[in-house]
Amino acid sequence: MSAALLVGALRDPATTAGLDAAGWNSLIAMARAERLIGTLAFRLEGQAVPDAVRPILADAKEDAAREAQQAVWEADRARAALAPIGLPVILLKGTAYAAAGLPAGWGRFIGDLDILVPRDRIDAAADALIAAGWEWVKEDPYDDAYYRRWMHELPPMIHTERDRMIDVHHTVLPLTARPTPDAAAMMADAVLITDGLYMLSAEDRVCHAVAHLLADGDLQGGLRNLWDIHCLLADVDPEALKVRAARHGITPHVRQAQRLAAAIYGTGGRLTLWDRLVRARLLARNGWGQETRKALVFAFFVRSHWLRMPPLMLARHLLTKWRKGHRPQ
Amino acid sequence: MRHSLTLRIGPATFRIGSAWAQPIDQLKRLYADYPDVGGAIADFTVRLQPTSAVRRWVRPSIFITGDHGLADAAPMSLAHGLLAAEMGMNLQMALGWRRHLLLHASSVEKDGRVLVMTGESGSGKSTLAAQLGERGWRLMGDEFALLDLDSGAILPFPRLVSLKNKAIEVIAGEVPGARMGPLLGATAKGDIRHMVPRADAVARMGEGGMPALLLFPRFGSGPAERPVGRGEVFMRLTQASTNYVALGEPAFAALTRFVAQVPARAIDFPSGEAAIAMVDRLWSEIA
Repeated sequence: MSAALLVGALRDPATTAGLDAAGWNSLIAMARAERLIGTLAFRLEGQAVPDAVRPILADAKEDAAREAQQAVWEADRARAALAPIGLPVILLKGTAYAAAGLPAGWGRFIGDLDILVPRDRIDAAADALIAAGWEWVKEDPYDDAYYRRWMHELPPMIHTERDRMIDVHHTVLPLTARPTPDAAAMMADAVLITDGLYMLSAEDRVCHAVAHLLADGDLQGGLRNLWDIHCLLADVDPEALKVRAARHGITPHVRQAQRLAAAIYGTGGRLTLWDRLVRARLLARNGWGQETRKALVFAFFVRSHWLRMPPLMLARHLLTKWRKGHRPQ
Repeated sequence: MRHSLTLRIGPATFRIGSAWAQPIDQLKRLYADYPDVGGAIADFTVRLQPTSAVRRWVRPSIFITGDHGLADAAPMSLAHGLLAAEMGMNLQMALGWRRHLLLHASSVEKDGRVLVMTGESGSGKSTLAAQLGERGWRLMGDEFALLDLDSGAILPFPRLVSLKNKAIEVIAGEVPGARMGPLLGATAKGDIRHMVPRADAVARMGEGGMPALLLFPRFGSGPAERPVGRGEVFMRLTQASTNYVALGEPAFAALTRFVAQVPARAIDFPSGEAAIAMVDRLWSEIA
């Protein structure tokens, strides 16, 4: 059993008509583990499903609706906090899709609020957020220095009253990563959603999602990120996307994401050997919602660090984390 | 997973998987009289899995997780596997149930009307519910009371009753041994022993009732009794609910109605007998 069952249901909801109880149990457990249950609920709208499944999907949709409402409110609070210093709020990922009503946001799980600000304004942004009730999550000075020196975002902050996290990004990938997407160009081309909230242009939304899925990630939550890309690709002009991907230095990654999205969620596509390995990693999930193929998963985890940092720096970082008892899951 | 069981308790169905046979075998024995729902579509998946590959065999250590999990949940020993399964089901309900307002409360029913008891762990609400359940009341549950958002009824969720420390011998003296689970010594909450509810509680687990009295019991002093104002009741019940915030406005409306309609009392009691006498008196006076 692999998550092929889940991607099959997302690609073609009619295929669920043939599922028995064991199949539904597997599908639901996988969808919850991949945080795609809300998306699945939207995809299965209008399908005949067993009586026991209907309330599960209805609950998932209501959860997603409440999450979207909460996320957009949180974005509005960040807008209010940053307005006095003249910074517009550029939303990334789930909150952007929810605020703009994009299909990628239908039923989507939304975690933290992710925003993009110019690198030379991050300290001012952090001060403004602290003044509005956010505080640092990580007390550890090493973690703090690590984020500030090497990462593409500030250490996470959390709002003291609302208990919601915000990630303030100042670029797209860690400063140490090999590709360097042009965050300034993304900000320059951002488009207004509503009420002082912005999102990236259609092409940059794809580039940003791709950078996180393939250039940065260990593919944790990759099926959900690839679903985003599959939905976002519907809004782009392929030629404009090519130009933009080249500008950000991620042409091979965008091409690979297009192949994978077509093969997994679309009408099919030719996959390279490397694509197949990524697909195997993405589908590593059993009918109890557990991750399978431990060796492959671990290999991608190691690779993600390799991509993010030069080897010596990686060794030093892992040693520091290991001394404190950190272990990869 | 290698060993599994599907259980239906009240309105919720659980698919429980385990890397070891023992917790599933114990569940099968204690839930033997519950409806047979093998092969049903479950609302939740619960998993009892080793904390690492080695810890499946060597000093087995259970990580409790499932559809909804907590990353920092403390691992448990295999000897406490039954408790792990019960906690796993609680975790799914607390984090994932959306069809009713969940109140961390025990509840018993008489003549179609329900007595709800809420309070912190150690307040005596479980023991009191178990005792009332042996004496003319129908036990509806000792962990969660489910408040229907539309009708305002309380629905049963009659899991095994979790008895702790001194309550164990009190109840074991009243209940046949066949309805008692194994003694689980030295858990994080001390000694724990589970009790199977009476057959009527299981047979009628689909049948709710309207709430008639809310008690905030507190074991250890008294006897004393005081009324509790609506504002305080509302605040305490929001804190006793794991899904009040997640449900949003419908939960606010249901809880407001509950607070307006159900009289509430706080009672302090030195013993189970004293508590039962107080409950009988309050029930005849105001419920």
